[in-house]
Amino acid sequence: MTLRALFLGQGIKKPFTEVIRANIGDAQAMGQQPITFLRQVMALCTYPNLLDSPSFPEDAKKRARRILQACGGNSLGSYSASQGVNCIREDVAAYITRRDGGVPADPDNIYLTTGASDGISTILKILVSGGGKSRTGVMIPIPQYPLYSAVISELDAIQVNYYLDEENCWALNVNELRRAVQEAKDHCDPKVLCIINPGNPTGQVQSRKCIEDVIHFAWEEKLFLLADEVYQDNVYSPDCRFHSFKKVLYEMGPEYSNNVELASFHSTSKGYMGECGYRGGYMEVINLHPEIKGQLVKLLSVRLCPPVSGQAAMDIVVNPPVPGEESFEQFHREKESVLGNLATKAKLTEDLFNKVPGIHCNPLQGAMYAFPRIFIPTKTVEAAQAHKMAPDMFYCMKLLEETGICVVPGSGFGQREGTYHFRMTILPPVEKLKTVLQKVKDFHIKFLEKYA
Amino acid sequence: MALRAGAQSQAARNGLKEKVLTLDTMNPCVQRVEYAVRGPIVLRALELEQELRQGVKKPFTEVIRANIGDAQAMGQRPITFLRQVLALCVYPDLLSSPDFPEDAKRRAQRILQACGGHSLGAYSISSGIQLIREDVAQYIKRRDGGIPADPNNIFLSTGASSAIVTVLKLLVAGEGLSRTGVLIPIPQYPLYSATLAELNAVQVDYYLDEDNVWALDVAELRRALYQARDHCRPRALCVINPGNPTGQVQTRECIEAVIRFAFEEGLFLLADEVYQDNVYAEGSRFHSFKKVLTEMGPPYAEQQELASFHSVSKGYMGECGFRGGYVEVVNMDPEVQRQMLKLMSVRLCPPLPGQALLDMVVNPPAPSDPSFQQFQAEKQDVLVELAAKAKLTEQVFNEVPGIHCNPVQGAMYSFPRVQLPPRAVHRAQELGMAPDMFFCMCLLEETGICVVPGSGFGQREGTYHFRMTILPPMEKLRVLLEKLSRFHTKFTREYS
Repeated sequence: MTLRALFLGQGIKKPFTEVIRANIGDAQAMGQQPITFLRQVMALCTYPNLLDSPSFPEDAKKRARRILQACGGNSLGSYSASQGVNCIREDVAAYITRRDGGVPADPDNIYLTTGASDGISTILKILVSGGGKSRTGVMIPIPQYPLYSAVISELDAIQVNYYLDEENCWALNVNELRRAVQEAKDHCDPKVLCIINPGNPTGQVQSRKCIEDVIHFAWEEKLFLLADEVYQDNVYSPDCRFHSFKKVLYEMGPEYSNNVELASFHSTSKGYMGECGYRGGYMEVINLHPEIKGQLVKLLSVRLCPPVSGQAAMDIVVNPPVPGEESFEQFHREKESVLGNLATKAKLTEDLFNKVPGIHCNPLQGAMYAFPRIFIPTKTVEAAQAHKMAPDMFYCMKLLEETGICVVPGSGFGQREGTYHFRMTILPPVEKLKTVLQKVKDFHIKFLEKYA
Repeated sequence: MALRAGAQSQAARNGLKEKVLTLDTMNPCVQRVEYAVRGPIVLRALELEQELRQGVKKPFTEVIRANIGDAQAMGQRPITFLRQVLALCVYPDLLSSPDFPEDAKRRAQRILQACGGHSLGAYSISSGIQLIREDVAQYIKRRDGGIPADPNNIFLSTGASSAIVTVLKLLVAGEGLSRTGVLIPIPQYPLYSATLAELNAVQVDYYLDEDNVWALDVAELRRALYQARDHCRPRALCVINPGNPTGQVQTRECIEAVIRFAFEEGLFLLADEVYQDNVYAEGSRFHSFKKVLTEMGPPYAEQQELASFHSVSKGYMGECGFRGGYVEVVNMDPEVQRQMLKLMSVRLCPPLPGQALLDMVVNPPAPSDPSFQQFQAEKQDVLVELAAKAKLTEQVFNEVPGIHCNPVQGAMYSFPRVQLPPRAVHRAQELGMAPDMFFCMCLLEETGICVVPGSGFGQREGTYHFRMTILPPMEKLRVLLEKLSRFHTKFTREYS
């Protein structure tokens, strides 16, 4: 899809004047402004001469000095330890402890990574073993963020799908987990359970009870839990709250908290920061065998270290200005503005889509995407299949050609057989988003008329 | 929360004290991975640093990390212009500051305009910012005396390491006797052996000729290849030039011979050229594989598959922490090239700051630019000092009976051969350690100097080496070299 969108920018006359890239969760590409404080600290770290400049606030300088002092040669240009700069890992641990209401995090269990993708990929790599019927099975949600299926494929592991419940706001149902794991045991050794919360592409924010059920299930079935929590700052629905797997696990008591193996992931790419290009992230591992931790560091050491500028960005995310600090007000204002804006756009998108006959959109409780279901007439389905195309790919291609709007077909994320969806981001600015939604609506109605 | 009712017996049946992920259940390929540059000796060095901080008395006051090619960690200053442009990109408010030169601002604006949302915070396309890839192509063309490079054949990467791994991933296929074999130099930079272990490919060693300044001998390539065909399907040949850990700079004739060999034998060539800016020896010059390949004309130029790698971590820049690099592929099958892009897209894109730095490296100030003089001065300072340290290291080591150090023609390491007395070798074996690891551990414990044993890079059976960087500042390096030499003499006496 993206390749086609690229081709369209070539000076040829089209029924639209620009291609709208609503396909990727890249907020700054769609005009979201970076957080001033974050960029100030990064600039100070990059070019420490600026520490003498009166144009930078003291609290930014303090953060920068602290980071630089922890770097080899006091420079972002040195490799860091493979696990990441020590004081940044300590800051991450402190953040997690605060976030989780005092549930302690150990810096030794924190690994900084090149975006969350790198951490997820590394953990999966270590987990995959066995051959034939005892090849490692990895349970992933359908729909999923296709990093998981891609890595599973690359590692030649077995993908085990569990379906989220579209009728129920994409909720995770443990009975479905149970069904999936039982069936999987026939042909593989299911060892891993991946959860994305808040969900991508589905945007659901799992309830605390659901998370407890999942943890209990993982404990029962001896599964290693991966909790992809990169959208933890993106929760919009007033009825929803983010509950970290780590916190819930701990609060379930020692039988669970001492035994269930868990890796939780976060990133600088989402939230209110949107610093995708910096490739910053971390993972927190719980109850990993000490020898495995040694293996993990060894594996990471081959790539030397994650980009130190991304590590610095992560440090500011977990250690932002606090009330009383000079930069706090502006920081807070900018952050709330981004998040408020996203929440507005989430509701707007849900409402507008649900007014279109033939489109049904579940509430966008969190993350940054809509994943509406589209009802494609049977004749169209057949036509698409004749072209050897997934029907929703056919739909999305037509949408792109006629309106310049680039979204990703649901077949790219997985969906129940016979259902069709697309994923669209809510990242364009409000006015543009309204236009986009209107255009999609108009296109859809025309599409139904044409292909019914 | 109490255990669910009825779950107790299940717990006992599951034997839940046993973990899902243990050494027995983990990926066996990962278990086989070793990376000596950050291996056991460095872990011990970290412990010693910790002990020093806690006030434990030691025969030294600091641990010297001469194990890793990290120039800035050893005090080398970043190039001012690079950091100015990057700071402007990171915080564009600075574009209105009088404290930054006009040419730096122009560069920053140019880069930002090419970024999504005009920000380093947006993802780029997976092969890297188009404009930067074009600049890389121009750099390659200038470097290679006018031989053009196609930006579509250039892929920016997270350091050279990630591109090397990506290319190797594409190459590895087959099973049993037809499992892909990859020829690597011995001694080698252990990224190669580590990746081959991880990918469960077959490592095929070819020995560099220590008696001949670590030269690459095609006869030895042939020997290695023919033997390998017994048990695997050799498909790729890796060359590191200038060499790591060995520092040799291959002659043009040698490179031609290697290309001819690769073509005759149907091997995909990987040319790791990250030290292309680090050439010190009088008679040595860097010849890029791409240039030589092209100048050899058909059939080589049109058919020999080649991937060349470069990085911002070495050279005069030393920007290791930013993880910037690129690969240029030549004569790669277009379908495979599409697959490579697809593979890279799973990780979205290389870090933008690293991409921006790379742009400065391939597109530095021109003589007419305001920043040119300072840039040139800083660059030359770094390279001249490295050359001096390379010479000093070779000289001092060669004065020590029992140490022989080949000329450090390029890169940033010495890889001297050390004679170890039989009793020391024996003691090492008792301890279950490679003899040069034993030597290096003793060196570390007594002097605080951390170097990497030759066994971490590979060496001919019965020979022992260590790799030490030439990166500490000149005066410190002098002290280090003296201490190490004295230690070797003492060690030899002790175990005679």
